[in-house]
Amino acid sequence: MGKNNLVMDIKDFSFTYSGAEEPSLKKINLPVLENKITAMIGPSGCGKSTLLRAMNRIHDLYSGNKYEGLINLYKADGSKENILDLKKENDFIKLRQQVGMIFQKPTPFPMSIFDNVAYGLKLSGIKNRSELEGRVEKALQGAAIWKETKDRLKESALGLSGGQQQRLCIARAVALKPRVLLFDEPTSALDPISTGAIEELITELKEELSVVIVTHNMQQASRLSDYTAFMYLGDLAEYDKTDKIFLNPSKKLTEDYITGRFG
Amino acid sequence: MGGKLFRNFSFLSATLSFFLLVGIFAILFTYAQEAMHEFGFDFLFTEAWEADEDDEGGIFGGYVPIIGTLLSTLIAMAIAVPLAMGIAIFLTEIASDAIGKPVSIAIELLAAIPSIIYGMWGLFYFAPIVQSTVGGNGVGLLTAGIVLAIMIIPFMAAISRDAMNTTPLVLKESAYAMGATKFEVIKDVIMPYSKGGIIGSIILALGRALGETMAVAFLIGSVMSIPGSITDPTTSIPVLLANNFAEAQDLEMSSMYFLALILFVVSFIIISTAKFYFLGRKVKG
Repeated sequence: MGKNNLVMDIKDFSFTYSGAEEPSLKKINLPVLENKITAMIGPSGCGKSTLLRAMNRIHDLYSGNKYEGLINLYKADGSKENILDLKKENDFIKLRQQVGMIFQKPTPFPMSIFDNVAYGLKLSGIKNRSELEGRVEKALQGAAIWKETKDRLKESALGLSGGQQQRLCIARAVALKPRVLLFDEPTSALDPISTGAIEELITELKEELSVVIVTHNMQQASRLSDYTAFMYLGDLAEYDKTDKIFLNPSKKLTEDYITGRFG
Repeated sequence: MGGKLFRNFSFLSATLSFFLLVGIFAILFTYAQEAMHEFGFDFLFTEAWEADEDDEGGIFGGYVPIIGTLLSTLIAMAIAVPLAMGIAIFLTEIASDAIGKPVSIAIELLAAIPSIIYGMWGLFYFAPIVQSTVGGNGVGLLTAGIVLAIMIIPFMAAISRDAMNTTPLVLKESAYAMGATKFEVIKDVIMPYSKGGIIGSIILALGRALGETMAVAFLIGSVMSIPGSITDPTTSIPVLLANNFAEAQDLEMSSMYFLALILFVVSFIIISTAKFYFLGRKVKG
Protein backbone atom coordinates (compact mmCIF):
# COMPACT_ATOMS: atom_id res chain seq x y z
CA MET A 1 0.00 0.00 0.00
CA GLY A 2 2.85 2.33 0.77
CA LYS A 3 4.21 1.99 -2.71
CA ASN A 4 3.22 4.48 -5.36
CA ASN A 5 1.75 2.16 -7.96
CA LEU A 6 0.17 3.61 -11.06
CA VAL A 7 -3.45 2.74 -11.71
CA MET A 8 -3.92 5.05 -14.65
CA ASP A 9 -1.41 6.93 -16.69
CA ILE A 10 -2.29 9.74 -19.07
CA LYS A 11 0.36 10.45 -21.68
CA ASP A 12 0.47 13.28 -24.23
CA PHE A 13 -3.28 13.25 -24.23
CA SER A 14 -5.13 15.74 -26.44
CA PHE A 15 -8.86 15.98 -26.84
CA THR A 16 -10.93 17.92 -29.37
CA TYR A 17 -14.70 18.19 -29.11
CA SER A 18 -16.80 17.41 -32.16
CA GLY A 19 -16.89 20.43 -34.44
CA ALA A 20 -14.29 22.40 -32.48
CA GLU A 21 -11.21 23.82 -34.20
CA GLU A 22 -8.95 23.95 -31.17
CA PRO A 23 -8.30 21.03 -28.83
CA SER A 24 -9.81 21.45 -25.35
CA LEU A 25 -6.94 19.50 -23.83
CA LYS A 26 -3.38 19.82 -25.05
CA LYS A 27 -0.75 17.13 -24.46
CA ILE A 28 -1.73 16.29 -20.91
CA ASN A 29 0.59 14.08 -18.86
CA LEU A 30 -0.88 12.96 -15.55
CA PRO A 31 -0.28 9.86 -13.43
CA VAL A 32 -3.06 8.48 -11.22
CA LEU A 33 -1.68 6.60 -8.24
CA GLU A 34 -3.25 3.58 -6.65
CA ASN A 35 -5.15 4.08 -3.38
CA LYS A 36 -4.55 7.82 -3.52
CA ILE A 37 -6.88 10.74 -4.07
CA THR A 38 -5.92 12.92 -6.99
CA ALA A 39 -7.68 16.29 -7.20
CA MET A 40 -8.05 18.32 -10.36
CA ILE A 41 -8.50 22.04 -9.82
CA GLY A 42 -8.61 25.05 -12.11
CA PRO A 43 -10.93 27.79 -13.33
CA SER A 44 -14.12 26.97 -15.26
CA GLY A 45 -13.42 25.87 -18.79
CA CYS A 46 -9.87 24.72 -18.03
CA GLY A 47 -10.68 21.20 -19.18
CA LYS A 48 -10.68 19.31 -15.89
CA SER A 49 -14.13 17.78 -16.39
CA THR A 50 -13.28 17.06 -20.02
CA LEU A 51 -10.25 15.11 -18.88
CA LEU A 52 -12.23 13.27 -16.22
CA ARG A 53 -14.89 12.28 -18.76
CA ALA A 54 -12.20 10.89 -21.06
CA MET A 55 -11.03 8.51 -18.35
CA ASN A 56 -14.14 6.32 -18.63
CA ARG A 57 -14.82 7.25 -22.28
CA ILE A 58 -18.20 8.72 -21.38
CA HIS A 59 -17.44 11.27 -24.12
CA ASP A 60 -18.13 8.49 -26.57
CA LEU A 61 -21.88 8.76 -26.01
CA TYR A 62 -21.60 11.70 -28.40
CA SER A 63 -19.93 11.13 -31.71
CA GLY A 64 -17.23 13.11 -33.45
CA ASN A 65 -14.80 13.80 -30.59
CA LYS A 66 -11.11 13.29 -31.33
CA TYR A 67 -8.51 11.70 -29.03
CA GLU A 68 -4.73 11.68 -29.31
CA GLY A 69 -2.06 10.22 -27.07
CA LEU A 70 -2.84 7.42 -24.68
CA ILE A 71 -4.48 6.65 -21.35
CA ASN A 72 -3.27 3.42 -19.80
CA LEU A 73 -5.32 1.54 -17.27
CA TYR A 74 -3.35 -0.89 -15.12
CA LYS A 75 -5.18 -4.07 -14.18
CA ALA A 76 -4.92 -5.86 -10.86
CA ASP A 77 -2.59 -8.42 -12.44
CA GLY A 78 -0.18 -5.72 -13.54
CA SER A 79 -1.06 -5.77 -17.22
CA LYS A 80 -2.11 -2.53 -18.86
CA GLU A 81 -4.32 -1.45 -21.70
CA ASN A 82 -4.69 1.82 -23.56
CA ILE A 83 -8.35 2.71 -23.07
CA LEU A 84 -8.26 4.98 -26.11
CA ASP A 85 -7.95 1.84 -28.25
CA LEU A 86 -11.37 0.57 -27.16
CA LYS A 87 -13.96 0.51 -29.92
CA LYS A 88 -16.80 -1.87 -29.08
CA GLU A 89 -19.74 -1.19 -26.78
CA ASN A 90 -18.78 -4.28 -24.80
CA ASP A 91 -15.29 -2.94 -24.13
CA PHE A 92 -16.72 0.38 -22.96
CA ILE A 93 -18.98 -1.49 -20.56
CA LYS A 94 -16.03 -3.39 -19.11
CA LEU A 95 -14.04 -0.16 -18.80
CA ARG A 96 -16.88 1.64 -17.04
CA GLN A 97 -17.26 -1.21 -14.59
CA GLN A 98 -13.62 -0.70 -13.63
CA VAL A 99 -13.66 3.09 -13.79
CA GLY A 100 -16.84 4.35 -12.13
CA MET A 101 -18.17 7.88 -12.11
CA ILE A 102 -20.08 10.13 -9.70
CA PHE A 103 -21.73 13.24 -11.11
CA GLN A 104 -22.35 16.80 -9.93
CA LYS A 105 -25.96 16.19 -9.10
CA PRO A 106 -27.13 13.01 -7.39
CA THR A 107 -28.60 10.75 -10.08
CA PRO A 108 -30.69 8.05 -8.43
CA PHE A 109 -32.56 5.98 -11.00
CA PRO A 110 -36.37 5.98 -10.77
CA MET A 111 -36.44 2.67 -8.87
CA SER A 112 -36.08 1.39 -5.31
CA ILE A 113 -33.00 1.92 -3.16
CA PHE A 114 -32.12 -1.76 -3.41
CA ASP A 115 -32.57 -1.85 -7.18
CA ASN A 116 -30.41 1.24 -7.60
CA VAL A 117 -27.47 -0.42 -5.90
CA ALA A 118 -28.15 -3.80 -7.48
CA TYR A 119 -28.48 -2.24 -10.94
CA GLY A 120 -24.83 -2.32 -11.97
CA LEU A 121 -24.43 -5.79 -10.44
CA LYS A 122 -27.36 -7.13 -12.43
CA LEU A 123 -25.95 -5.55 -15.58
CA SER A 124 -22.66 -7.30 -14.95
CA GLY A 125 -24.52 -10.61 -14.91
CA ILE A 126 -25.04 -11.37 -11.22
CA LYS A 127 -28.47 -12.99 -10.85
CA ASN A 128 -28.19 -14.92 -7.60
CA ARG A 129 -30.52 -13.22 -5.11
CA SER A 130 -28.49 -13.86 -1.97
CA GLU A 131 -25.26 -12.72 -3.60
CA LEU A 132 -27.03 -9.55 -4.77
CA GLU A 133 -28.38 -8.91 -1.28
CA GLY A 134 -24.96 -9.41 0.28
CA ARG A 135 -23.21 -7.08 -2.14
CA VAL A 136 -25.90 -4.42 -1.89
CA GLU A 137 -25.64 -4.42 1.90
CA LYS A 138 -21.86 -4.26 1.75
CA ALA A 139 -21.94 -1.39 -0.75
CA LEU A 140 -24.45 0.56 1.33
CA GLN A 141 -22.30 0.04 4.41
CA GLY A 142 -19.26 1.07 2.42
CA ALA A 143 -20.99 4.28 1.44
CA ALA A 144 -22.06 4.93 5.06
CA ILE A 145 -25.74 4.91 4.24
CA TRP A 146 -26.75 1.41 5.41
CA LYS A 147 -28.21 2.55 8.76
CA GLU A 148 -30.47 5.09 7.11
CA THR A 149 -31.69 2.78 4.38
CA LYS A 150 -31.78 -0.76 5.74
CA ASP A 151 -35.47 -0.53 6.72
CA ARG A 152 -36.57 1.12 3.48
CA LEU A 153 -34.67 -0.75 0.77
CA LYS A 154 -37.86 -1.28 -1.20
CA GLU A 155 -38.85 2.39 -1.18
CA SER A 156 -38.10 4.69 -4.10
CA ALA A 157 -34.64 6.20 -4.05
CA LEU A 158 -36.19 9.52 -5.08
CA GLY A 159 -37.50 9.92 -1.50
CA LEU A 160 -33.99 10.27 -0.04
CA SER A 161 -32.42 13.66 0.71
CA GLY A 162 -29.83 15.10 -1.69
CA GLY A 163 -26.89 14.04 0.45
CA GLN A 164 -28.31 10.55 0.92
CA GLN A 165 -28.94 10.28 -2.81
CA GLN A 166 -25.33 11.15 -3.55
CA ARG A 167 -24.11 8.53 -1.07
CA LEU A 168 -26.48 6.05 -2.70
CA CYS A 169 -24.89 6.84 -6.06
CA ILE A 170 -21.48 6.23 -4.52
CA ALA A 171 -22.73 2.93 -3.08
CA ARG A 172 -24.06 2.04 -6.52
CA ALA A 173 -20.65 2.67 -8.06
CA VAL A 174 -18.71 0.98 -5.22
CA ALA A 175 -20.86 -2.15 -5.53
CA LEU A 176 -19.13 -2.93 -8.81
CA LYS A 177 -15.73 -2.89 -7.05
CA PRO A 178 -14.16 -0.49 -9.53
CA ARG A 179 -10.40 0.14 -9.54
CA VAL A 180 -10.90 3.87 -10.00
CA LEU A 181 -13.78 6.15 -9.06
CA LEU A 182 -14.10 9.51 -10.84
CA PHE A 183 -15.91 12.30 -8.99
CA ASP A 184 -17.11 15.29 -11.01
CA GLU A 185 -17.71 18.02 -8.39
CA PRO A 186 -19.70 15.57 -6.26
CA THR A 187 -20.66 18.06 -3.54
CA SER A 188 -21.44 21.18 -5.56
CA ALA A 189 -25.20 20.60 -5.17
CA LEU A 190 -25.06 19.68 -1.47
CA ASP A 191 -25.27 21.50 1.87
CA PRO A 192 -22.18 21.70 4.13
CA ILE A 193 -23.21 18.80 6.38
CA SER A 194 -23.84 16.42 3.47
CA THR A 195 -20.61 17.66 1.91
CA GLY A 196 -18.73 16.72 5.07
CA ALA A 197 -20.25 13.22 5.02
CA ILE A 198 -19.29 12.73 1.36
CA GLU A 199 -15.74 13.94 1.96
CA GLU A 200 -15.33 11.57 4.87
CA LEU A 201 -16.63 8.78 2.70
CA ILE A 202 -14.22 9.57 -0.13
CA THR A 203 -11.32 9.48 2.33
CA GLU A 204 -12.41 6.04 3.51
CA LEU A 205 -12.86 4.81 -0.04
CA LYS A 206 -9.19 5.16 -0.89
CA GLU A 207 -8.46 2.08 1.17
CA GLU A 208 -10.28 0.10 -1.49
CA LEU A 209 -9.79 2.03 -4.67
CA SER A 210 -8.24 5.05 -6.33
CA VAL A 211 -10.04 8.37 -6.56
CA VAL A 212 -9.86 11.23 -9.04
CA ILE A 213 -11.92 14.23 -8.03
CA VAL A 214 -12.70 17.41 -9.93
CA THR A 215 -13.56 20.26 -7.61
CA HIS A 216 -14.08 24.01 -7.64
CA ASN A 217 -13.58 24.12 -3.92
CA MET A 218 -9.93 24.70 -3.08
CA GLN A 219 -10.39 23.78 0.59
CA GLN A 220 -11.92 20.52 -0.49
CA ALA A 221 -8.94 19.71 -2.68
CA SER A 222 -6.48 20.51 0.09
CA ARG A 223 -8.46 18.62 2.74
CA LEU A 224 -9.05 15.49 0.71
CA SER A 225 -6.38 14.86 -1.81
CA ASP A 226 -2.90 13.39 -1.78
CA TYR A 227 -1.99 14.79 -5.17
CA THR A 228 -3.28 17.84 -6.97
CA ALA A 229 -3.27 18.74 -10.63
CA PHE A 230 -3.80 22.38 -11.50
CA MET A 231 -5.18 22.87 -14.97
CA TYR A 232 -5.37 26.07 -16.94
CA LEU A 233 -6.75 26.67 -20.46
CA GLY A 234 -6.47 23.05 -21.52
CA ASP A 235 -2.95 22.59 -20.15
CA LEU A 236 -1.81 20.77 -17.06
CA ALA A 237 -0.08 23.72 -15.43
CA GLU A 238 1.29 21.93 -12.39
CA TYR A 239 1.02 18.51 -10.74
CA ASP A 240 2.51 17.59 -7.39
CA LYS A 241 1.78 16.43 -3.88
CA THR A 242 -1.14 18.42 -2.52
CA ASP A 243 0.92 19.93 0.31
CA LYS A 244 3.49 21.16 -2.15
CA ILE A 245 0.88 22.69 -4.48
CA PHE A 246 -0.90 24.53 -1.70
CA LEU A 247 2.06 25.56 0.44
CA ASN A 248 4.86 26.03 -2.01
CA PRO A 249 3.77 25.89 -5.66
CA SER A 250 6.56 26.11 -8.16
CA LYS A 251 4.64 28.23 -10.64
CA LYS A 252 3.40 31.78 -10.21
CA LEU A 253 0.15 30.89 -12.02
CA THR A 254 -0.67 28.14 -9.53
CA GLU A 255 0.05 30.43 -6.61
CA ASP A 256 -2.18 33.17 -8.06
CA TYR A 257 -5.02 30.70 -8.50
CA ILE A 258 -4.91 29.05 -5.09
CA THR A 259 -4.59 32.39 -3.33
CA GLY A 260 -7.69 33.54 -5.16
CA ARG A 261 -6.11 36.22 -7.32
CA PHE A 262 -8.10 34.92 -10.29
CA GLY A 263 -10.51 32.11 -11.04
CA MET B 1 -60.31 49.68 -12.71
CA GLY B 2 -58.61 47.95 -15.66
CA GLY B 3 -57.32 45.29 -13.32
CA LYS B 4 -60.80 44.55 -12.01
CA LEU B 5 -62.25 44.39 -15.50
CA PHE B 6 -59.55 42.01 -16.62
CA ARG B 7 -60.07 39.90 -13.54
CA ASN B 8 -63.77 39.61 -14.17
CA PHE B 9 -63.18 38.82 -17.81
CA SER B 10 -60.73 36.00 -17.03
CA PHE B 11 -63.04 34.68 -14.34
CA LEU B 12 -65.93 34.61 -16.79
CA SER B 13 -63.88 32.86 -19.48
CA ALA B 14 -62.65 30.30 -17.01
CA THR B 15 -66.06 29.49 -15.60
CA LEU B 16 -67.62 29.46 -19.06
CA SER B 17 -65.73 26.30 -19.99
CA PHE B 18 -66.97 24.62 -16.85
CA PHE B 19 -70.59 25.59 -17.55
CA LEU B 20 -70.26 24.40 -21.14
CA LEU B 21 -69.12 21.02 -19.92
CA VAL B 22 -71.97 20.71 -17.44
CA GLY B 23 -74.42 22.17 -19.96
CA ILE B 24 -73.56 19.68 -22.68
CA PHE B 25 -73.81 16.82 -20.24
CA ALA B 26 -77.21 18.10 -19.04
CA ILE B 27 -78.54 18.40 -22.61
CA LEU B 28 -77.37 14.90 -23.55
CA PHE B 29 -78.82 13.54 -20.34
CA THR B 30 -82.18 15.29 -20.83
CA TYR B 31 -82.64 14.29 -24.44
CA ALA B 32 -81.56 10.73 -23.66
CA GLN B 33 -84.31 10.40 -21.02
CA GLU B 34 -86.92 8.90 -23.35
CA ALA B 35 -84.58 6.14 -24.52
CA MET B 36 -83.28 5.55 -21.02
CA HIS B 37 -86.83 5.03 -19.72
CA GLU B 38 -87.79 2.87 -22.68
CA PHE B 39 -84.74 0.58 -22.80
CA GLY B 40 -82.80 1.06 -19.57
CA PHE B 41 -79.60 -0.98 -19.27
CA ASP B 42 -80.81 -3.35 -21.98
CA PHE B 43 -79.84 -0.59 -24.42
CA LEU B 44 -76.22 -1.60 -23.99
CA PHE B 45 -76.92 -5.20 -25.05
CA THR B 46 -79.53 -4.80 -27.79
CA GLU B 47 -78.28 -5.44 -31.30
CA ALA B 48 -81.26 -4.08 -33.20
CA TRP B 49 -81.58 -0.54 -34.52
CA GLU B 50 -84.98 -0.55 -36.24
CA ALA B 51 -87.54 2.19 -36.52
CA ASP B 52 -91.23 1.25 -36.90
CA GLU B 53 -93.01 1.87 -40.20
CA ASP B 54 -94.66 5.04 -38.93
CA ASP B 55 -91.38 6.36 -37.51
CA GLU B 56 -93.08 6.74 -34.12
CA GLY B 57 -91.04 4.17 -32.21
CA GLY B 58 -89.00 1.04 -32.70
CA ILE B 59 -86.24 -0.94 -31.06
CA PHE B 60 -82.90 0.73 -30.68
CA GLY B 61 -79.83 -0.73 -29.04
CA GLY B 62 -76.26 0.46 -28.68
CA TYR B 63 -74.60 -2.96 -28.72
CA VAL B 64 -73.27 -2.92 -32.30
CA PRO B 65 -71.83 0.64 -32.35
CA ILE B 66 -70.37 0.21 -28.86
CA ILE B 67 -68.65 -3.05 -29.84
CA GLY B 68 -67.58 -1.51 -33.16
CA THR B 69 -66.09 1.49 -31.40
CA LEU B 70 -64.26 -0.64 -28.86
CA LEU B 71 -62.91 -3.13 -31.43
CA SER B 72 -61.73 -0.52 -33.95
CA THR B 73 -60.06 1.42 -31.13
CA LEU B 74 -58.47 -1.76 -29.78
CA ILE B 75 -57.01 -2.62 -33.19
CA ALA B 76 -55.75 0.93 -33.59
CA MET B 77 -54.10 0.96 -30.17
CA ALA B 78 -52.54 -2.48 -30.62
CA ILE B 79 -50.84 -1.24 -33.78
CA ALA B 80 -50.13 2.33 -32.73
CA VAL B 81 -48.62 1.93 -29.25
CA PRO B 82 -45.58 -0.18 -30.18
CA LEU B 83 -44.92 1.79 -33.36
CA ALA B 84 -45.24 5.17 -31.66
CA MET B 85 -42.91 4.05 -28.85
CA GLY B 86 -40.43 2.85 -31.45
CA ILE B 87 -40.55 6.20 -33.24
CA ALA B 88 -40.16 8.15 -29.99
CA ILE B 89 -37.20 6.04 -28.87
CA PHE B 90 -35.60 6.32 -32.29
CA LEU B 91 -35.97 10.09 -32.31
CA THR B 92 -34.67 10.66 -28.78
CA GLU B 93 -31.93 8.07 -28.47
CA ILE B 94 -30.89 6.61 -31.78
CA ALA B 95 -31.27 9.03 -34.66
CA SER B 96 -28.57 11.56 -35.46
CA ASP B 97 -29.73 15.15 -35.85
CA ALA B 98 -29.49 14.87 -39.62
CA ILE B 99 -32.17 12.16 -39.64
CA GLY B 100 -33.99 12.99 -36.42
CA LYS B 101 -34.90 16.59 -37.26
CA PRO B 102 -36.65 15.92 -40.61
CA VAL B 103 -38.43 12.87 -39.19
CA SER B 104 -39.58 14.94 -36.20
CA ILE B 105 -40.98 17.61 -38.50
CA ALA B 106 -42.69 15.01 -40.69
CA ILE B 107 -44.31 13.47 -37.60
CA GLU B 108 -45.65 16.84 -36.50
CA LEU B 109 -47.00 17.57 -39.98
CA LEU B 110 -48.68 14.15 -40.12
CA ALA B 111 -50.42 14.96 -36.87
CA ALA B 112 -51.87 18.08 -38.49
CA ILE B 113 -53.56 16.38 -41.47
CA PRO B 114 -57.37 16.67 -41.23
CA SER B 115 -59.05 13.35 -40.62
CA ILE B 116 -61.17 13.49 -43.79
CA ILE B 117 -57.98 13.24 -45.83
CA TYR B 118 -57.02 10.09 -43.95
CA GLY B 119 -60.55 8.82 -44.65
CA MET B 120 -60.34 9.46 -48.38
CA TRP B 121 -56.86 8.05 -48.66
CA GLY B 122 -57.98 5.04 -46.64
CA LEU B 123 -61.02 4.40 -48.80
CA PHE B 124 -59.54 4.88 -52.25
CA TYR B 125 -56.02 3.67 -51.73
CA PHE B 126 -55.68 1.62 -48.58
CA ALA B 127 -58.95 -0.34 -48.50
CA PRO B 128 -58.19 -2.11 -51.80
CA ILE B 129 -54.81 -3.12 -50.44
CA VAL B 130 -56.43 -4.65 -47.36
CA GLN B 131 -58.95 -6.37 -49.61
CA SER B 132 -56.30 -7.95 -51.80
CA THR B 133 -53.96 -8.97 -48.98
CA VAL B 134 -56.17 -9.91 -46.03
CA GLY B 135 -59.54 -10.43 -47.70
CA GLY B 136 -63.02 -9.10 -47.01
CA ASN B 137 -64.46 -6.36 -49.13
CA GLY B 138 -62.04 -3.59 -48.25
CA VAL B 139 -64.02 -1.49 -45.83
CA GLY B 140 -64.46 -2.95 -42.37
CA LEU B 141 -63.10 -3.17 -38.87
CA LEU B 142 -59.48 -3.89 -39.84
CA THR B 143 -59.19 -1.09 -42.39
CA ALA B 144 -60.74 1.40 -39.98
CA GLY B 145 -58.46 0.21 -37.17
CA ILE B 146 -55.29 0.48 -39.23
CA VAL B 147 -56.10 3.94 -40.58
CA LEU B 148 -57.05 5.06 -37.07
CA ALA B 149 -53.67 3.78 -35.92
CA ILE B 150 -51.92 5.76 -38.66
CA MET B 151 -53.84 8.84 -37.52
CA ILE B 152 -52.93 8.60 -33.86
CA ILE B 153 -49.32 7.41 -34.21
CA PRO B 154 -47.83 10.86 -34.99
CA PHE B 155 -49.64 12.43 -32.06
CA MET B 156 -48.63 9.69 -29.65
CA ALA B 157 -45.05 9.60 -30.91
CA ALA B 158 -44.64 13.37 -30.63
CA ILE B 159 -45.85 13.54 -27.02
CA SER B 160 -43.86 10.47 -25.98
CA ARG B 161 -40.77 11.93 -27.64
CA ASP B 162 -41.19 15.15 -25.67
CA ALA B 163 -41.64 13.16 -22.47
CA MET B 164 -38.52 11.05 -23.14
CA ASN B 165 -36.56 14.20 -23.95
CA THR B 166 -37.14 15.44 -20.41
CA THR B 167 -34.94 12.64 -19.03
CA PRO B 168 -31.92 14.51 -17.63
CA LEU B 169 -28.74 13.91 -19.61
CA VAL B 170 -26.77 13.25 -16.44
CA LEU B 171 -29.19 10.48 -15.45
CA LYS B 172 -28.62 8.70 -18.74
CA GLU B 173 -24.88 9.26 -18.46
CA SER B 174 -24.80 7.78 -15.00
CA ALA B 175 -26.52 4.65 -16.27
CA TYR B 176 -23.96 4.39 -19.08
CA ALA B 177 -21.25 4.98 -16.47
CA MET B 178 -22.53 1.88 -14.64
CA GLY B 179 -21.90 -0.17 -17.76
CA ALA B 180 -25.40 -0.11 -19.22
CA THR B 181 -25.99 -0.61 -22.92
CA LYS B 182 -28.16 1.76 -24.92
CA PHE B 183 -31.06 -0.70 -24.73
CA GLU B 184 -30.70 -1.00 -20.95
CA VAL B 185 -30.62 2.78 -20.55
CA ILE B 186 -33.83 3.08 -22.58
CA LYS B 187 -35.56 0.28 -20.69
CA ASP B 188 -34.40 1.04 -17.13
CA VAL B 189 -33.97 4.80 -17.07
CA ILE B 190 -35.73 6.62 -19.91
CA MET B 191 -38.96 4.61 -19.96
CA PRO B 192 -39.54 4.67 -16.17
CA TYR B 193 -38.57 8.33 -15.99
CA SER B 194 -40.99 9.40 -18.72
CA LYS B 195 -43.70 6.91 -17.80
CA GLY B 196 -46.20 9.63 -16.89
CA GLY B 197 -45.93 11.39 -20.23
CA ILE B 198 -45.97 8.16 -22.19
CA ILE B 199 -49.13 6.90 -20.47
CA GLY B 200 -50.67 10.34 -20.92
CA SER B 201 -49.97 10.25 -24.66
CA ILE B 202 -51.50 6.79 -24.95
CA ILE B 203 -54.64 7.82 -23.12
CA LEU B 204 -55.09 11.02 -25.12
CA ALA B 205 -54.66 9.05 -28.34
CA LEU B 206 -57.19 6.53 -27.05
CA GLY B 207 -59.67 9.35 -26.50
CA ARG B 208 -59.10 10.57 -30.02
CA ALA B 209 -59.52 7.10 -31.52
CA LEU B 210 -62.79 6.57 -29.65
CA GLY B 211 -64.29 9.80 -30.90
CA GLU B 212 -62.95 9.85 -34.45
CA THR B 213 -65.85 10.23 -36.87
CA MET B 214 -64.90 11.26 -40.37
CA ALA B 215 -62.15 8.80 -41.25
CA VAL B 216 -63.99 5.90 -39.62
CA ALA B 217 -67.23 6.81 -41.39
CA PHE B 218 -65.43 6.27 -44.70
CA LEU B 219 -63.83 3.02 -43.70
CA ILE B 220 -65.82 0.99 -41.22
CA GLY B 221 -68.65 0.10 -43.61
CA SER B 222 -71.51 1.57 -41.56
CA VAL B 223 -73.36 -1.73 -41.30
CA MET B 224 -75.51 -2.43 -38.24
CA SER B 225 -74.15 -5.88 -37.49
CA ILE B 226 -71.68 -7.50 -35.15
CA PRO B 227 -68.54 -8.33 -37.14
CA GLY B 228 -67.91 -12.08 -37.51
CA SER B 229 -64.32 -11.60 -38.58
CA ILE B 230 -61.76 -8.84 -38.38
CA THR B 231 -62.37 -7.69 -41.96
CA ASP B 232 -66.18 -7.50 -41.62
CA PRO B 233 -67.89 -4.14 -41.82
CA THR B 234 -69.67 -2.79 -38.74
CA THR B 235 -70.30 0.66 -37.30
CA SER B 236 -69.17 2.85 -34.42
CA ILE B 237 -70.91 5.35 -32.14
CA PRO B 238 -69.75 8.54 -33.87
CA VAL B 239 -70.35 7.06 -37.31
CA LEU B 240 -73.88 5.94 -36.47
CA LEU B 241 -74.67 9.36 -35.03
CA ALA B 242 -73.31 11.19 -38.07
CA ASN B 243 -75.14 8.94 -40.55
CA ASN B 244 -78.56 8.89 -38.85
CA PHE B 245 -78.89 12.32 -37.39
CA ALA B 246 -80.58 13.92 -40.38
CA GLU B 247 -83.58 11.54 -40.50
CA ALA B 248 -84.04 10.39 -36.93
CA GLN B 249 -87.07 11.41 -34.86
CA ASP B 250 -88.46 10.93 -31.38
CA LEU B 251 -87.33 7.66 -29.82
CA GLU B 252 -84.54 7.09 -32.35
CA MET B 253 -83.27 10.60 -31.76
CA SER B 254 -83.37 10.04 -28.01
CA SER B 255 -81.52 6.75 -28.43
CA MET B 256 -78.82 8.58 -30.32
CA TYR B 257 -78.51 11.06 -27.49
CA PHE B 258 -78.17 8.06 -25.19
CA LEU B 259 -75.31 6.75 -27.34
CA ALA B 260 -73.70 10.20 -27.38
CA LEU B 261 -73.97 10.31 -23.60
CA ILE B 262 -72.19 6.95 -23.33
CA LEU B 263 -69.38 8.17 -25.59
CA PHE B 264 -69.19 11.44 -23.67
CA VAL B 265 -68.85 9.69 -20.33
CA VAL B 266 -66.26 7.20 -21.59
CA SER B 267 -64.16 9.94 -23.23
CA PHE B 268 -64.51 12.12 -20.15
CA ILE B 269 -63.19 9.35 -17.93
CA ILE B 270 -60.30 8.71 -20.30
CA ILE B 271 -59.25 12.34 -20.57
CA SER B 272 -59.54 12.83 -16.81
CA THR B 273 -57.28 9.85 -16.28
CA ALA B 274 -54.74 11.34 -18.70
CA LYS B 275 -54.96 14.65 -16.88
CA PHE B 276 -54.38 12.87 -13.61
CA TYR B 277 -51.23 11.26 -14.98
CA PHE B 278 -49.89 14.53 -16.38
CA LEU B 279 -50.54 16.28 -13.08
CA GLY B 280 -49.00 13.42 -11.14
CA ARG B 281 -45.86 13.84 -13.20
CA LYS B 282 -45.65 17.56 -12.52
CA VAL B 283 -45.93 17.07 -8.78
CA LYS B 284 -43.15 14.49 -8.80
CA GLY B 285 -40.75 16.35 -11.07
